[in-house]
Amino acid sequence: MNIKILGGGCTSCKKLYENTKKAVAETGIKAEVEYITDMEKVMAYSVMSMPALVVNEQVVAMGKVLKPAEIVKILEKVSG
Amino acid sequence: METLKTIWDFFQSEILGMAWLNRLIGNLLNFFGLDTNGKTGGSVQFFIYDVIKIMVLLVILVFIISYIQSYFPPERTKKILGRFHGIGANIIAALLGTVTPFCSCSSIPLFIGFTNVGLPIGVTFSFLISSPMVDLGSLILLMSIFGWKVAVVYVLIGLVIAVTGGTLIEKLHLENQVEEYIYGEKQLDLPQEKLRFKDRIRYAFEGAFGTAKSVVVYVLIGVGIGAVIHNWIPADLIINVLGDNNPFGVIVAAIAGAPMYADIFSVIPIAEALLSKGALLGVVLSFMMGVTTLSLPSLIMLRKAVKPKLLGIFTAICVIGIIITGYFFNLIQSILI
Repeated sequence: MNIKILGGGCTSCKKLYENTKKAVAETGIKAEVEYITDMEKVMAYSVMSMPALVVNEQVVAMGKVLKPAEIVKILEKVSG
Repeated sequence: METLKTIWDFFQSEILGMAWLNRLIGNLLNFFGLDTNGKTGGSVQFFIYDVIKIMVLLVILVFIISYIQSYFPPERTKKILGRFHGIGANIIAALLGTVTPFCSCSSIPLFIGFTNVGLPIGVTFSFLISSPMVDLGSLILLMSIFGWKVAVVYVLIGLVIAVTGGTLIEKLHLENQVEEYIYGEKQLDLPQEKLRFKDRIRYAFEGAFGTAKSVVVYVLIGVGIGAVIHNWIPADLIINVLGDNNPFGVIVAAIAGAPMYADIFSVIPIAEALLSKGALLGVVLSFMMGVTTLSLPSLIMLRKAVKPKLLGIFTAICVIGIIITGYFFNLIQSILI
């Protein structure tokens, strides 16, 4: 599974990155977590509110800092 | 009419201003043997009262604001704005800037989104100026500290600066000053989540307590500085530098405030203390506007979307607008408070 956090480097973006890493560790899912701050790359996902969470190239959340538990739910849904 | 005024005055000083809390703390401190007329006692009273007042107002205000904001995600703002043209679009952009949740990280996606629906750069800048300068929080907070007249004039002037600034940038034809990739990106409309009442309340709740947690330290610092100014800095010094005796006070305040960034909640106790020691209203407000509107991090972020020349013009417009506002407030201070 490929997970990306899109952001501009602000505190809420970093928080989402941290929470996502926690969630991945918790579920034990094999996933690489990337933190993308290069705006040209970020824009390829058409997101207007930062930070955003992208799982397997699909935008699953934007404009909010999800808690680890919420991310776990999303990850479990995606991995079936 | 008289009764209405009495009710409003009561609401402004006792509910918004929490004057009862100040009396309660004063009495408690006196009871424990601390003289609140002395310097130390006065500082302690100011500190306790202001921290409680600001944190309570913060939680309530951010809750209400976040609830309203949940109706205006940037995607929706973009769609609404696409329907307007000319100066009408600038005005609506300035107004929506006050209710659209927005942090500096989102300035580039927002820029691209607005450009994508064909909005001229002037409209985008009206939004970018108004968004940090004016919001519902500052309106109510200013009301609680300086009274409703100052609050209403502050918000109106903020909107005027946003509309004029955006229009000016438009007239200067600076489209070539926007980074090329902004025009190249195609932004798709992502499906938006449907929010129910429960979701909005949760969003508002998280906004209120999240903000409270992240700014509490800065509020403590702000109130601390305020308490020192309030009781330890001689009034003469403040009057000489920021009061009637210095015609350049507004300029100093605006330029000093510009590179700093702080939440309005932490600047307001400093503003309050300065004003009570004889600083002019315009000086205090231009410092506040400088701190909240412009900051190094947001300028660095914006630099990724626009070239240095436009960034410079944007900064200049904000600073000049803030300075004019300051002098205007000095001029009408006697009518307002």
